[in-house]
Amino acid sequence: MVSGVWQKDFPPITRATLALYAGASGDHNAAHIDSDAAKAAGFSDVFGQGMLGMAYMGQTISDTVPPERIRCFSARFVAITQLGARLSCTGRPVRKYEEEGEERIAINLEMTDQFGETKLTGHAVVAVGARS
Amino acid sequence: MSEADRLDSYIGHRFVPVTAMVEAGRLRFFHKAIGETNPALTKPDEQGRLPIPPTYLFCLEMLDAENPFAFTEELGVPIETILHAEQSFTYRHPVKSGDRLDFLARLENVAHKKGGALTFLTQRVDVTNQNGVEVAEIERTLVIRNGA
Repeated sequence: MVSGVWQKDFPPITRATLALYAGASGDHNAAHIDSDAAKAAGFSDVFGQGMLGMAYMGQTISDTVPPERIRCFSARFVAITQLGARLSCTGRPVRKYEEEGEERIAINLEMTDQFGETKLTGHAVVAVGARS
Repeated sequence: MSEADRLDSYIGHRFVPVTAMVEAGRLRFFHKAIGETNPALTKPDEQGRLPIPPTYLFCLEMLDAENPFAFTEELGVPIETILHAEQSFTYRHPVKSGDRLDFLARLENVAHKKGGALTFLTQRVDVTNQNGVEVAEIERTLVIRNGA
């Protein structure tokens, strides 16, 4: 678990992706689902919810680690994700250490689009074993 | 009072509490929205309960809030001027479908950067379950694009 690189690719971001995410997440901010509202706010079109990118980043972790072993997870939203973006996430375990009586691994994460532009950076800490 | 001073005066402000239900049907919709097919998340445990994806606490608070945009509206900030800057979760106890969660949020910090062009608002949310167990701490930072 501590070695190697985790990688996950995601399907292109479409208007349907953004609409489904808005409904399922409770974030009905119109800038992500209504082109008119996005333009009125100074954007060229609707753009991806930051938390959609973070949800994808979370999948990169939970594909490898059972969700109940994730101890903390944070992200910085570096750039806006445009329509059509093909996101991929890499996770790099960087450190293994003891904390609160269990063995933990720290992971650095990065989400980029097909042009290599960084959209999110992230950090997570996971437990190697189940909490006793 | 300047806009910066006005926002600073809100540090420590407590937002309207939110109570949210973790529901299996809404979780399945969320799985569909993000393309989640991992059985570790989509398959119920022996008690028929589903775990939640790592970012789902953020969603629950918005799904069941009377006003999902209270964070900006209670501070008098127009939503079209803000972007999400940072988000973090610290998980203390597993959350499963069937749980009822209380979200208690307060404004932790206000920071002015780039000569006042950007204002960062950091909110801290403590989440407890129906048994009074602290399940998570959430921090979210929004950035106001002043003049946008």
